[in-house]
Amino acid sequence: MYEVKLESPDDIVIALAGNPNTGKSTVFNSLTGLNQHTGNWPGKTVSNAQGKFTHKDKKYILVDLPGTYSLLSSSVEEEIARDFICFGNPNVTIVVTDATCLERNLNLALQIMEITNNVIICVNLMDEAKRKNMSIDIEKLSNLLGVPVVATTARSGDGLDDLKNMVEKVANGEIIPTPKQISYDEILETAIKQVQPYVETIADNLNSKWVSLRLIDNDQSLINSMNNHINYNFSDDKLLQTKLDDVRAKLESEGYQLYDLRDQVVSSIFKTAEYINNQVLALYDESYNKVDYKIDRILTSRIFGIPIMIALLGLVFWLTIEGANYPSMMLADGLFYIQDHLTSFFTWLGTPIWVHDILILGIYRTLAWVISVMLPPMAIFFPLFTLLEDLGYLPRIAFNLDYYFKKACAHGKQALTMCMGFGCNAAGVIACRIIDSPREQLIAIITNNFVPCNGRFPTLIVLSSIFIAGAASTSSSIAATLFILLAIVMSVIITLFISKILSKTILKGLPSSFILELPPYRKPQVGKIIIHSIFDRTLFVLGRAVMVAAPAGLVIWLMANITVGNFSLLTHCALFLDPFSRLLGLDGYIMMAFILGLPANEIVIPILIMSYTSKGAILELSSLTEMGQLFVENGWTWLTAVCMMIFSLNHWPCGTTLLTIKKETQSWKWTWISFIVPTLTGIILCFIVAQGARLLGLA
Amino acid sequence: MKGNLIPLDKLPIGSQCIVEKLLAEGIIRRRMMDLGLINGTLIKSLMKSPSGDPIAYEIRGTKIALRSEEASKVLVMQI
Repeated sequence: MYEVKLESPDDIVIALAGNPNTGKSTVFNSLTGLNQHTGNWPGKTVSNAQGKFTHKDKKYILVDLPGTYSLLSSSVEEEIARDFICFGNPNVTIVVTDATCLERNLNLALQIMEITNNVIICVNLMDEAKRKNMSIDIEKLSNLLGVPVVATTARSGDGLDDLKNMVEKVANGEIIPTPKQISYDEILETAIKQVQPYVETIADNLNSKWVSLRLIDNDQSLINSMNNHINYNFSDDKLLQTKLDDVRAKLESEGYQLYDLRDQVVSSIFKTAEYINNQVLALYDESYNKVDYKIDRILTSRIFGIPIMIALLGLVFWLTIEGANYPSMMLADGLFYIQDHLTSFFTWLGTPIWVHDILILGIYRTLAWVISVMLPPMAIFFPLFTLLEDLGYLPRIAFNLDYYFKKACAHGKQALTMCMGFGCNAAGVIACRIIDSPREQLIAIITNNFVPCNGRFPTLIVLSSIFIAGAASTSSSIAATLFILLAIVMSVIITLFISKILSKTILKGLPSSFILELPPYRKPQVGKIIIHSIFDRTLFVLGRAVMVAAPAGLVIWLMANITVGNFSLLTHCALFLDPFSRLLGLDGYIMMAFILGLPANEIVIPILIMSYTSKGAILELSSLTEMGQLFVENGWTWLTAVCMMIFSLNHWPCGTTLLTIKKETQSWKWTWISFIVPTLTGIILCFIVAQGARLLGLA
Repeated sequence: MKGNLIPLDKLPIGSQCIVEKLLAEGIIRRRMMDLGLINGTLIKSLMKSPSGDPIAYEIRGTKIALRSEEASKVLVMQI
């Protein structure tokens, strides 16, 4: 369970619960000023977050619980959420609900209200409800539920002050909520009453009616948690067990089927939710939904669904390539202009030449390359991609592709984790938590690396621009886009193919169930997206790349300049790798660049340039044309470029991703498999392509 | 006027039905119930995915996609 770090005993702990995709993360961010990533798809929040805020000189600690639909199904997320509400002693629990589908959200709210009294309902997404012409009677809702209800639009900050004030009042006892209790049928209520007095003596902090019902239902997950958190040992408590047996026997004798007890419970809760919803909801404009529906019909249609998906992806890449071209050149020019001046400065200072070479030719130049090659595409790609995510398009991709994943015995939500992988494979691996079935989750983790992350796009873009499309011109960016699209469609096919192989070999099994919510389209907040994706994602990823690039630049410079015998260390390594690499259509330096690029894929091309330039005359590369010349001088053909692109798409995951896989799977075995599977795929594909092309006399 | 029960995945697109019986068991049954798929619930069949499976349904104001394997375990009456 969460460790909550209190700074003083007066600190107030707030649990934030809610269905997936209700804007819970947005509420969390708005209250705490933190920047948890948000996006319009269920299950977005997979990491557990805590944050603080101060309101009227009091400190509040906010704990963001995993989004769940219920607390009765005993999934890991539900257990975490339930245990924190039961045993984490939060002073207040806020249940964030979606105003546009209140009924479904009330199910969870009512369940939480059975456990604890100090509940505040936050009806969020009021702006969306308004656009749908839905009106919710907040006061009536509060009266019916017996707890405070606050209406908010967290994205714009509306209602958050009311929410803070309400939290304060509930926390200090000024308002005492009296939650409506679900009434079950008479037989069940009688049964509960027989156990309740005894339960009160063992768990005085918990709602005894709720615990009694859970015990009659034989909820093992709760019994285990009680054992862990309040030191209550159920198996020793023969008295309670006898009582429960009696009650169950009596229930059965009265015609109550124990196996559908939970069905009865869920039905009672949903019927209450339905009743309340009908009481407070007024004016529902169907025409708004029709627009949503029409968009969906097109985006998921048999004829257009998949072509539109590919076209949208193509548009994102084209904008990225076209838009990044010029800024990349400007950055390179600027950074190398600074390099010249730094060199003059060092000469003027009279520092030894090797100090200058290490700092400038080693570290600075690698950094300059990483920044000029990486920054512009990321700064364009991330906001565009976040826009699609915010709109709610990603679940539609999962919907469109699920059939193929089912054929591969994998989970349709793997499409979502692949989409996250486009940004960063480590993020993609974490996103795999949304897949319940452990087998399918492992498949998604192992294959996530097949989709190229942002660190590998520059490699693909640069190589396809130079060798496939010719030097920079407008038509070339279209050709480059098409080639990258082809590469991505291929990577999806490889993902499906490898998933299928895994399902038939080391991860045998049948596809599990697939239930996916398609959230309503939401109007994205363009301004916020740009700021967030540039500052949180772009600069974060770039920062990490820079951190890795600086030492890598140093290492590569040392390797290129320390000579043993006739050659430099780098050349020794490259010569050693060369025969094998040639079989794959690469050369030893390219293989070295991939190996040294293990910490981050972003630095593969910069390392390669460093290696080539340090061998001979030092070039000031400021355009793709010059880079192309450098590659050609080193014996490259189109085949080298194609093989390098294939290997870039299919090789070991970067260091960060591997560590994330270790953390997620808790196993070195699966981490190694995640390393080996894409690497072997890459070796086999490159070998086939290189040897095939040579046999056919194409290269 | 009682018609025949049909599995949910056979419900024509665009038509509505009432849930009569949930055949799914175990964790899938619970997941379905968490979404409000209980007896008496009104469901509308919205659209098929490009390959015809899964199908998206409107359940209690939300859009939920179910594979045919799951949807076939919900017996409904078309209205």
